[in-house]
Amino acid sequence: MNNIQDKHHYPSLSLRVMRVLHLDHVLLFGIGALLMVGLIVLYSAGDESTALIHRQLTRIGLALVVMLIVAQIPSSSMRFWSPWMYIVGVILLVLVLVMGDVGKGAQRWLDLGFIRFQPSEMMKLVTPMMIAWYFAEKPLPPSWSTLFVAAVLILVPTFLIARQPDLGTALLIFAAGFFVLFLGGLSWRLMIGLSVLAAAMLPVMWHFMHDYQRGRVMTLLDPQRDPLGAGYHIIQSQIAIGSGGVYGRGWLNGSQSHLNFLPEQSTDFIFAVFAEEFGLLGGLFLLVLYGFIIIRGLMIAVQGQDTYARLLGGSLSLTFFVYLFVNVGMVTGILPVVGVPLPLISYGGTSMVTLMAGFGMLMSINSHRKLWSK
Amino acid sequence: MLRRAVIKNHTLEAQLFKRRALVAVLFSVLILLVLLSRLVYLQFFEFSHFSSLSENNRVRLSPLVPNRGLIYDRNGVVLAENRPSYQLELIPEQIKDMQKTLHDLGDVVTLDDDILKRFNRLLKRSRKFEGVPLRTKLSEEEVAKLAVNRHRFPGVEVKARLGRYYPLSKSMAHVVGYVGRVDEDELKRVDETNYKGTTHIGKTGLERYYENQLHGLVGYKNIEVNVQGRELRMLDKIPPVPGNNLWLTLDARIQKVAEDALQGFNGSVVVMKPHTGEILGMVSLPSFDPNLFVHGISHKNYKRLRDSPDRPLFNRSIMGQYPPGSTVKPFVGLGGLETRSIGHKEHINCIGHYLLPNEERKYRDWKKTGHGLVDLDKSIEQSCDVYYYELSYRMGINRIYSFLHQFGFGEKTGVDLLGERSGLLPSREWKKRTKNKIWFPGETLITGIGQGYMLTTPLQLASATSILSMRGQIYQPHLLSQIEIPGSDEKNKIDWPIRETFKIKREVNWDHAINGMVSVVHGLRGTARRSGIGLNFKMAGKTGTAQVFGIAQDAEYDEETIAKKLRDHALFIAFAPYNDPKIAVAVIAENGSHGSSVAAPIARKVIDEWIRNNKGSLPK
Repeated sequence: MNNIQDKHHYPSLSLRVMRVLHLDHVLLFGIGALLMVGLIVLYSAGDESTALIHRQLTRIGLALVVMLIVAQIPSSSMRFWSPWMYIVGVILLVLVLVMGDVGKGAQRWLDLGFIRFQPSEMMKLVTPMMIAWYFAEKPLPPSWSTLFVAAVLILVPTFLIARQPDLGTALLIFAAGFFVLFLGGLSWRLMIGLSVLAAAMLPVMWHFMHDYQRGRVMTLLDPQRDPLGAGYHIIQSQIAIGSGGVYGRGWLNGSQSHLNFLPEQSTDFIFAVFAEEFGLLGGLFLLVLYGFIIIRGLMIAVQGQDTYARLLGGSLSLTFFVYLFVNVGMVTGILPVVGVPLPLISYGGTSMVTLMAGFGMLMSINSHRKLWSK
Repeated sequence: MLRRAVIKNHTLEAQLFKRRALVAVLFSVLILLVLLSRLVYLQFFEFSHFSSLSENNRVRLSPLVPNRGLIYDRNGVVLAENRPSYQLELIPEQIKDMQKTLHDLGDVVTLDDDILKRFNRLLKRSRKFEGVPLRTKLSEEEVAKLAVNRHRFPGVEVKARLGRYYPLSKSMAHVVGYVGRVDEDELKRVDETNYKGTTHIGKTGLERYYENQLHGLVGYKNIEVNVQGRELRMLDKIPPVPGNNLWLTLDARIQKVAEDALQGFNGSVVVMKPHTGEILGMVSLPSFDPNLFVHGISHKNYKRLRDSPDRPLFNRSIMGQYPPGSTVKPFVGLGGLETRSIGHKEHINCIGHYLLPNEERKYRDWKKTGHGLVDLDKSIEQSCDVYYYELSYRMGINRIYSFLHQFGFGEKTGVDLLGERSGLLPSREWKKRTKNKIWFPGETLITGIGQGYMLTTPLQLASATSILSMRGQIYQPHLLSQIEIPGSDEKNKIDWPIRETFKIKREVNWDHAINGMVSVVHGLRGTARRSGIGLNFKMAGKTGTAQVFGIAQDAEYDEETIAKKLRDHALFIAFAPYNDPKIAVAVIAENGSHGSSVAAPIARKVIDEWIRNNKGSLPK
C-alpha cells in the first residue's frame, strides 16, 4: 500500500514532465509509434526521397507544437468558445463557396491574405465541440427537440462541405457530430429507424450524386468495369496488398509501389504500400496500434470532468477511428474511393495538424481533470 | 433562474456515457476485425492470385514515336527528310570511373564545360542502367573515331536517332518551314497522348500548317521490366503509323531560278499556275538555313537572324506588304471600262501632270514631258499616270474599292500557310474607322496608281494577276498537291475548289485590259519590251515602281544622293501565254528602283526556266 502511494507521489522525471506539459504518456506513445511507422513507409512510398521525409518531419513538428498548445487549454475554456467558433466556421464555409480558391477541381481553400487554409478542416473539431456544448446544457438522454436542433447543427456544415464538393470531409464531420449524439444517449430505436430510412433514401441520394461519385460506387461493385480508369486505383491497390502475403515483400521491395503502378502511393493509398511490404503481420500490428490509441482515447473520455469533456473526447476518438476505417476500407476495396487519408501516416499537412489538435484536446481533457477537485 | 429548470443527473449521465463508450469500443473492435479479415482474405487466401497479377504488372508500356512524313516538290525532289543523327550515350552502371571516362572521351570528341555540366545534371536524375546522353550531333569523323576507340570505352554507346533535315537549305526555308523541340504551349495545342515521346514539332511554314498530316500516330510496346525497372524483353507492340508524305505544287527548279534571279535584292517572287491555283515557286529573300533550328539554334545565331535589319526569318511572300504601284493599273483600267467611266478608245491628254479642280497641288506623271494623247492600251503599255489620275477621279474611291476588291486585294488569299497578311485596300469607311478622318479626292488619285495607303502582299499580287488572266475565275492559291500514305503507292490528290467566278458586264473588256498588258511586253514603247524579246508566244505583263517615301513638290529625284534603302521598290506582274494562261508571276525587288529593268527580267528568267522544263514546247 505504501509502496503504491510512494510511486504515486514520486513519479519518474519523464512522467513529471508529461504532467507539467499536460500530456498523456500512453496516448503519446501510441501516436509516436504511428508517426514512426508512417515515416518508414513514406520513405519507401516516396521512392526513397529524403526531401519528402524532411517536409513530412516539418509537418509533424508543427503538428506536435499545435497539440502541445491545445493541450494547455482547459476544457472549460474550449466549452466557452465552442458556439463562437462554430458560428465563425460556418461563415467561413459559406465564404469558401462564394469566393474560395479552386484546387484540384474542388473549392476548399480560403485565402485570407496572410494565410490560406481549409475551414472544413477546422470544422472537423468545431462541429463535435458545438454539439457537445449544446448537449452539456441539456438533460441526457436528449429530448426530441434537443435532437432536432443538434441534427440541424450537424447537417449545416456537412452540406456546406459536401457542396465544395468534398465528400470525405463531409462524411467525417457528419460522423463526428453523430458520435456525440450516440454517446449522449440517442435512443437505439431511433438509430435503427434512421438506418432503415437512410437505406430507403439511397436511390434518392444516388440521384443527387455527382457523376464521378456514382462512378466510384459503380467501380467498387465492379472494378473491372473500367480497369484503366476509375477501377485502376482499386485493382492496383488490391494487387499490392494481396501480393504482400503474410510476411510481406520487405521494406523498399514492394514492386507495385516502386514500379509506380500504385496511384497516390504517398497519400491516400499509402496503406497499400505498407501492406505490400510488411504483409498481413504488419497489417495486424498497425490495426492493433490504431485500436490501442482509440481505446486509450475512449478511456480518457470516460474519465472526463463533465459531460462536455466526455462527449467531446469520445467523439474525437471515434472520428479518428472513422478515418482509419474509411481509408483502409477504400484501399482494400470494401468501401468506395473517398479522399480520406490514413491518419498520422499519409503524406500531407492539413489532416495531420487537425488530428494532432484533436489529440491535444484529449490530453487537455485528461490532464486538467486532475487539477479540479471534485 | 427564469429558465426552465434543467434536471441534470450527473451520475446518471456519466453511467450512460460509460455504457455507450463500451458499446463503441465493442463496435470498434468488430470493425477492426472486419478490416483484418479483409486483409486475411487478400493476403492469405488470395495471395497466389494477386501475386501472379503483380508479376504481370511488371510490364511497362512505352511509346514508339512515328516517323515524320517527308515533303517533296511536284517532281519528287526531297524538301524535308529524316536523317540519322548520332548521339553519344553513357550507361552509368557499366562505367567504373566516370571522371576518367569523361576525361578520355574529351580526346576523341569535342566536349565543353556546358556539355559536361548538363551531363552531370542528367546523370543525377537518371537510372543507372539507362543511357545518359552526353553529346548530340556527332560528326561523321567523331563517329568513326569512337568506333576505332570502342574497346577503351565500355559503357559508351553511339545511338542513331532520326532528325529532320532540309536538303535544299535556304531555298525553301520560308515555305517548308522547320521543326523544333516541342514546348509546353504546343503540347496543349495537340493531342498529348499522340505526342508521347515526340521531341520535335512543326514550328513554321508547311511543317507547322500540316503538322497533323506529317506527325503520324504514336505506337506502343509492352516491355517486361524487373523490380528495379530494368527492361528484360519486349512482349508485344503496336507499331506506330508514320506521318503522311506531302507532295507540293512547288517546283524546286523554278524556285531555284527565281531565287538566283532575285539574288542581290531583298524581296519576293511568287509563281503560280493561274488555271489551278498551284503555287510553283515562292521565294523570299534574304533566307536562312532551316537546319539550324532543328537541333536547337545557338543563341548567337538566333540573335543574328532575329536582329538583322533585312529580316531573313520574315516570309515576304505572304507577310511583306508593299504598295503595288503601277501594277494595279490594268485592274483599275478594267474597272474604268466596266463602270463606263471611260471608253476603251477614249483619249486623255497627258501633259506630264494633273490638276484637280480647285486645287493647286500638281499630281506628277513619271514622265515629265507627258505622254500626249493616251487611250487605255497606251496607258498600260507606257504606264501613264495622268490617265489614271483622270480615270480615278471619274470613278471615285467607292467604285475603285468595290471593283478591286473582287481581285482579292485587301484580303488574305487563304493559302495553306500561317501568318498571311491581308494587305490593305483603302476605302472611305476604312479611313473613317481607323484614322477617323474624311477621304480626300487626292487620295483617290494616288490609289489609282497603286500608291498611298494601298498595300499588297506578293502572293496577293500573283493571285490577282491569275484572276485577271483567267478572266474572273478564282482558284484557291495552294501549296499542297497530294498526300501520300507511306508504304502504299496511293496518293490522294487534294481537291482545291474553284473559289468563285465573277462575271463582268462586257466580256470584251477583259481583252482590252489584257491587250494593254501584252503591249507592255511586246509593244514598241512597252515598259518591259526588252523582256519580251525572243519569246515564241505572247506574254502579258505590267511593270511597277513603288515609292518608298513621298517626294516633295518639284523636288528633283536624284538616285545617287538617296541611300539605297530609300530607293523605290521594283515590281512586275506577268502571265503567259496571254490567251491561254499557264503561268503567272509576281516579282517585288525591294529598292530595285525600276520595275522594267530589274523586276521584269526576273520574271522572264522564271518563264524561260518553265519553258525549258517543258522541253521548249508550250506546256499544257
